[in-house]
Amino acid sequence: MTALPQLAVTRADAPTRFLEVRGLRVHFPTDDGLVKSVDGVSFGLERRRTLGIVGESGSGKSVTSLAIMGLHKGGSARISGEIWLDGQELVAADQETVRLLRGRKMAMIFQDPLSSMHPYYSIGAQIVEAYRIHHNVSKQVARRHAIELLDRVGIPQPAKRVNDYPHQFSGGMRQRAMIAMALSNNPELLIADEPTTALDVTVQAQILDLIRDLQEEYGSAVIIITHDLGVVAELADDIFVMYGGKAVEYGTAADLFARPEHPYTWGLLGSMPRMDRDVRDRLIPIKGSPPSLITLPSGCAFHPRCPYAELDGIPCKTVVPTLGEGDRHGVACHIPPPKRRELFATDIAPHL
Amino acid sequence: MKRRPAVAAVAVGAALVLGFTACGGNKTTGTNQPNVAAPEFNAAVGKVFAPSTKKGGTLKFANSGDWDSLDPADTYYGYSWDFIQFYGRSLVMFTPKPGPEGNKLTPDLAETLGVPSDGAKTWTYKLRKGVKFEDGTAITSKDVKYAVERSLDKETFPNGPTYYNDFLDLQGYTSPYKDTAPDKLGLKAIETPDDQTIVFRLKTAFSGFDYFAMLPASIPVPASKDTGTKYKEHVVSSGPYKFETNELGKKFTLVRNTNWDPATDPNRPALPDKIEVSLNVNADDIDNRLISGDLDVDIAGTGVQAATQGKILADATLKKNADTAALARLWYVSVNPDVAPLDNIHCRKAVLLATDHDSYLRAYGGEAGGDIATSMLPPQIPGAEKIDLYNFLSKKNGDADAAKKELTDCGQANGFETNMSYRAERPKEKALAESLQQSLGKVGIKLTLKPFPQGDYFKLYAGKPDYAKNNKLGLMSNGWGADWPDGFGFLQQIVDSRVIRASGGNTNLTVKIKDVDDLLDKALQTTDTPAREKVWGQIDKRVMEDAVVLPGVWAKVLLFRSPNLVNVFISDGLGGFYQYGSLGKK
Amino acid sequence: MAGGATRRPPRPNIVLRYVIRRLLAAVLLLFVVSVVTFGIFFYIPRLAGASAEDLASRYVGKTANEAQLRVMADKLGFYDPLYVQYGRFVKGIVLGANYNTGPTTVRCPAPCFGYSFITQNPVWPDLVDRMRVTGSLAVGAAIIWVLFGVSTGVLSALRKGSIFDRMAMGTALAGVSLPIFWTGLLTLSIFSYRMHLTAPGGSYTPITENPAEWAYDLILPWITLAFLIAAAYARLTRAGMLETMGEDYIRTARAKGLPERTVVVKHGLRAALTPITTIFGLDLGLLLGGAVLTESTFSLPGMGKYAIDAIVNNDLPKVLGVTMVGATFIIFANLIVDLLYAVIDPRVRLS
Repeated sequence: MTALPQLAVTRADAPTRFLEVRGLRVHFPTDDGLVKSVDGVSFGLERRRTLGIVGESGSGKSVTSLAIMGLHKGGSARISGEIWLDGQELVAADQETVRLLRGRKMAMIFQDPLSSMHPYYSIGAQIVEAYRIHHNVSKQVARRHAIELLDRVGIPQPAKRVNDYPHQFSGGMRQRAMIAMALSNNPELLIADEPTTALDVTVQAQILDLIRDLQEEYGSAVIIITHDLGVVAELADDIFVMYGGKAVEYGTAADLFARPEHPYTWGLLGSMPRMDRDVRDRLIPIKGSPPSLITLPSGCAFHPRCPYAELDGIPCKTVVPTLGEGDRHGVACHIPPPKRRELFATDIAPHL
Repeated sequence: MKRRPAVAAVAVGAALVLGFTACGGNKTTGTNQPNVAAPEFNAAVGKVFAPSTKKGGTLKFANSGDWDSLDPADTYYGYSWDFIQFYGRSLVMFTPKPGPEGNKLTPDLAETLGVPSDGAKTWTYKLRKGVKFEDGTAITSKDVKYAVERSLDKETFPNGPTYYNDFLDLQGYTSPYKDTAPDKLGLKAIETPDDQTIVFRLKTAFSGFDYFAMLPASIPVPASKDTGTKYKEHVVSSGPYKFETNELGKKFTLVRNTNWDPATDPNRPALPDKIEVSLNVNADDIDNRLISGDLDVDIAGTGVQAATQGKILADATLKKNADTAALARLWYVSVNPDVAPLDNIHCRKAVLLATDHDSYLRAYGGEAGGDIATSMLPPQIPGAEKIDLYNFLSKKNGDADAAKKELTDCGQANGFETNMSYRAERPKEKALAESLQQSLGKVGIKLTLKPFPQGDYFKLYAGKPDYAKNNKLGLMSNGWGADWPDGFGFLQQIVDSRVIRASGGNTNLTVKIKDVDDLLDKALQTTDTPAREKVWGQIDKRVMEDAVVLPGVWAKVLLFRSPNLVNVFISDGLGGFYQYGSLGKK
Repeated sequence: MAGGATRRPPRPNIVLRYVIRRLLAAVLLLFVVSVVTFGIFFYIPRLAGASAEDLASRYVGKTANEAQLRVMADKLGFYDPLYVQYGRFVKGIVLGANYNTGPTTVRCPAPCFGYSFITQNPVWPDLVDRMRVTGSLAVGAAIIWVLFGVSTGVLSALRKGSIFDRMAMGTALAGVSLPIFWTGLLTLSIFSYRMHLTAPGGSYTPITENPAEWAYDLILPWITLAFLIAAAYARLTRAGMLETMGEDYIRTARAKGLPERTVVVKHGLRAALTPITTIFGLDLGLLLGGAVLTESTFSLPGMGKYAIDAIVNNDLPKVLGVTMVGATFIIFANLIVDLLYAVIDPRVRLS
């Protein structure tokens, strides 16, 4: 059953899904101006399902995930909107409440495991620390738990390696260790921010497999953040494409890959190198560069780079499109859906 | 007698600090004590300030460096010879009175001044009765003999003066530590026919032997308590105070010696109950403490630091607590007859005539630094005469015309070139050298200035005749303070040609005049004091006639007289120090 | 809290061998230092054409004659070839020596650094005495400057841009710029002589005699010296903290749900302190060799003043003693700092 993800929600509704983000805005006041990293983003996620958030650097995907974790609180960020996690609203909640959820109910793994783990403490010590924040157990018990986790994520000789330092692990092993640390408290939501970007291609697949296995085993919801469509093709059930702090396309993975409707998504697909294509065929890069988040272009943020902007008089430069412009799945584009499908069939699909 | 050179390292910092201290005002003398005199500038010069017989209190001294040596056989600094009177009595001492009387010797351990015989080759003293060491044992002539014997040992005690070595008929005696006599009194040159009598036999006649008897070397030392180089850790006292504690290099304290009998000692009022001396104290800190009243005396006696001096002279209230002490010290320049064209007397005279004497004085601090010297002997030395052969006073800025005439006479009408040496670490000498460069330059005498390190200045450079000659040091900055203020003490080391050593270490750099040597010998044999004193004046004049020295400044220092002190006066005999032995606490 | 995983210590043999290697290098270095000091003392005057008697003339009275100079030169051993004199020095350190005080001979036990040319006092007991003073000054000030400097730096970093930060860094700039002899004389004159709150210059009571008095005497020098150095540490700590708190592992620590205090101290400060620890070791080592300016200003009888007096007076045994002791402190400080670095930062531990 490919249920369409719900798009329109009314404020008064209690959330039904495990994770629900509504109208999230994260703005940073800086000396140069107000940086609107995330400007009105809504999506949802159920347990046992994986959401892939895709976009270029600066699209706001990492900021979104940090907002869910509550890691902007106490800083200079201005956050508005709602984040519901298992029926609990997090944006209005105080820092201490959210802190107690971090690492316990929701956990995060980061892009570079070497810089993301403290160089002075052993892996075991760091996992033990993560565990003992939320469970009042002795060090020995925690240590045993840590060894079990290391074993579970596939690190050989876990009883010995638990005393090693991060720099003594290889890249892939390190990332596994970080996953182990994130999972130490059986979180119900796991956010993986570019988990394989820093790894070799061969190791990437292993890590992604591991994440999928663990999701199966623990029944957690997983958000994968990446700029690499290949990664989400593997894992994601739903895909949320971001551009310039806003959503541009949102649908199931199957739908998005078969029938993408936003010009930006076409660009992402076209500029993705694929093993099954002829090497001589050229990649189709998206012309131009990502927008400044302080002074976004008027109307549709993508219009300066879109080959179809102002086509047939559509108000790309003046009116901001919303996700509701799609009829099958969420597409934020002024091109009428039939026209989009026609363009995809004629211009894009032959080259993919 | 040596003065410690003032180390003025942090003048600016001190000036700023003093600015703060003065802000709060300082404790001035008691206005509610009717019996105490009001302070005045120079109140202790030539008279006693706040005369008092009140006993009690603790006298606090501080020294910006280490003590040269507490051992009477090993000490050569003026402040030490002043302070030693607290714990030692020599045969004679300078009369503890202000003014010219202080230049005269008076008997201390002895009953009278020495009695010469055998043409002043033999001197006899009789000791007072009833004088005891701190442990109660009586002091005998043998203790004095032993003290002098050990002072002869320059290997164990290298720092003290060598007058006894030079004048006694030693006959090969070196040291009581190598003495074969069982009582260690084998020196035949000193006889002790009985416990109260001591007789000195000299190699040559010397009329001023009483000055030798004044030296700390004659302070009695009990042979049984002599520990050689360790004796300074606890010197056995013959004076009104004895050592209570002694931390070498840090501080020491003295308390009353209960075995000192004031009836035997007309020279010491012994007012304070306790004396504390701190060593190695920061020089600017000393000045601050003097002004704030935490300290009573800066023992070095070289005057306040430059920053403090400016402060005191500018502040009328502070100035009332200051005294300018005339030292028996001359700053001068040696004019080298070994270096052409200064071998010609006219060229030398040209130098003396061209000098700007006012500028010379200013290099040394102007009026506060002293007076323009027109000859060698400072005026307070008995026998000093007013000698001004080259019109220093009437032509304070030099006499260029007369100088040019002399230059023509020596065949250098357009002037000549020569080198001038000075001690690099002394800013005053540098200022002097530059001032001479200017004033002599006006008549065509071009000076190339050559600084040398002060530690080796006399030993290796200017003070070594060959070096000076080979390096064409025509003018050499110099300075001299007498060991004691009489003609012999002042002149002998700087005008006697026979003391010049080829190996270096000389203070007499340029005076080699046979007439002068003869006059010196004559003086040594003249036991009649006024006649002897006249000879000093003649020597002074003769040296000036030869123009081998260019006198500059008769030095003075600015001393701060703490308001805590009573019975204060400056002793000319000791060379411009406060008489420490007479001080008391208010 | 967290932690507690036992670390496998580096194998003892390796550490031991490393330490022994360093100690041997230290001995070699001390040997070189002493030879160089000897060389400077004797060769430079020789280059100026000085003879043994010329050297000896520094240590006699003003009016010494030729014979006395020869006696002194002989007594001080200047006639012996340099290697013999040096050998005597080494023998003294290792075996001790005998000295003639005049009437008797005394034993100077090992390590015997000889007797001062000027005061004829044995050098080693003086050094020990002075080390206590300098040690008291250095350690006391060190505790104060680390506590204040590091805590100020941490707070400044955490409150970057705030009024506290600006004021703290401004004060730190002043502290680093003001010379100690100025601040020292100033504080003495205000707190000691005007307000009579603290001890006058030159006060020192050994801790064994009276600990309360000891602390009272030293409180002003401690604070004055510490102010100077704390300033530098505050700036260093602030910079280090700012850098560390921006690291990825801080973000991970927060993501784990750690309370902010733990994040700052256990994760942030721990990493930021590494360069500070090494600098501290070196600073302390240097300071133990003689805090010259502080000691001069406060007239404290420490190693620094001793060194200055020795050099100014050309007193070779003292100079050698101070140089060797100072060098030893610095060498050991370096060794400890290197070892400490390996203890703190596991990435540095090598086989």
